[in-house]
Amino acid sequence: MRKIDIELLVGVFVVLGILALGYISVNLGELEVLGKRGYTVYAEFDRTGGLKPGATVEIAGVKVGRVKEIHLSEDYTAVVALEIDRNVKLQEDAIVSIKTKGLIGEKYIEITPGGSERLLADGDRLRETESAVDLEELISKFVFGKVEGEGGK
Amino acid sequence: MVNILRMTGRYTLSEIRNLGRMFLFLLTSLGHIFIPPFKFRLMLRQIWFFGNKSMLVILLTGSFTGMVLSLQIYFTLRKFGSEALLGPAVALSLIRELGPVLSALMVTGRAGSALTAEIGIMRITEQIDALISMALSPKNYLIVPNLLAALISFPLLCSIFDLIGIYGGYVVAVKLLGMSSGTYFSQMQDFVEMEDIWMGIVKSLSFGLIVSWVSCYKGYTTGYGAKGVSRATTEAVVLSSILILIWDYFIGSVWT
Repeated sequence: MRKIDIELLVGVFVVLGILALGYISVNLGELEVLGKRGYTVYAEFDRTGGLKPGATVEIAGVKVGRVKEIHLSEDYTAVVALEIDRNVKLQEDAIVSIKTKGLIGEKYIEITPGGSERLLADGDRLRETESAVDLEELISKFVFGKVEGEGGK
Repeated sequence: MVNILRMTGRYTLSEIRNLGRMFLFLLTSLGHIFIPPFKFRLMLRQIWFFGNKSMLVILLTGSFTGMVLSLQIYFTLRKFGSEALLGPAVALSLIRELGPVLSALMVTGRAGSALTAEIGIMRITEQIDALISMALSPKNYLIVPNLLAALISFPLLCSIFDLIGIYGGYVVAVKLLGMSSGTYFSQMQDFVEMEDIWMGIVKSLSFGLIVSWVSCYKGYTTGYGAKGVSRATTEAVVLSSILILIWDYFIGSVWT
């Protein structure tokens, strides 16, 4: 009788522990248990400005995917693999841009939907990209008076 | 003068010999994991001893650690107007550092000391010698079940600690400090990576090994009489705690 009790209690403890571990990994660590959850598209940038794998991909502020990996292409541009939820369709001429949350926040990717009829499939490449804004460069341009644009002096 | 030199030399040699004996003890015990007989039932009993019996302590310390973290970090972050980072700060410090370390320290105090005393008393009442004279390996019966049980129950206790801590922090942040629950949780998902969780698991696995190893070793090689056992128990707790903190820093610094 006593031995059965112990087995049951240990079982309950192990189940509780594994549930806690599973909850943390799936919910917070975004571990993919059920294989791929979406499809992958690629985008090429001149400058990623500190974008990290795992960063969110948003359309109109709503999270639709995440950055899977970033690697360097043969002609020295950064190729970013984006994993997009399966139920979100992207047009071929959608614009991908790297943005910053707040002034010094995390980098994330914002997609502006396009108007094309053709939809992207797994492994396709997005052509319209907009690199990260280099704040320091912008400031130095401003300081040395090279910012061109409206108004003038 | 010569006497002092001789004493220092003897002390150093005996300490180094102790260190060597400890490592040999660990290696032979690890080797015995693969040598039958496998004492599955004893391991189960030790998981119950390490895990189930520590649940209350883990739940209490976990929830209060999360609550106090939430409270303190909130007041610091408010100075920079970035209260939104409270959730990630609580979750990351729990998952990466405090969960593994504090749960290991609590289990050391609760179970490690009892384990040393138990094995120590078996040693001084010659029960271990009785096992040997019956040609039964005391390692298989006493040490291996403890090592395995600690390796299984430490990561589980650590995850329970993390989870309950995050919810403790949630209660303070949302109910007490009036944050919105969306901010607390959504930011957390952006900041916590699978890598952080792996780091916590690796840490608590190694702490489990350290605690069970030191406790078993100190009990197994206890001195004579009640004094010897009490000394071994104290040493086991102190040495485990120190090793846990040193090893924690070590992993933290070599992990990319």
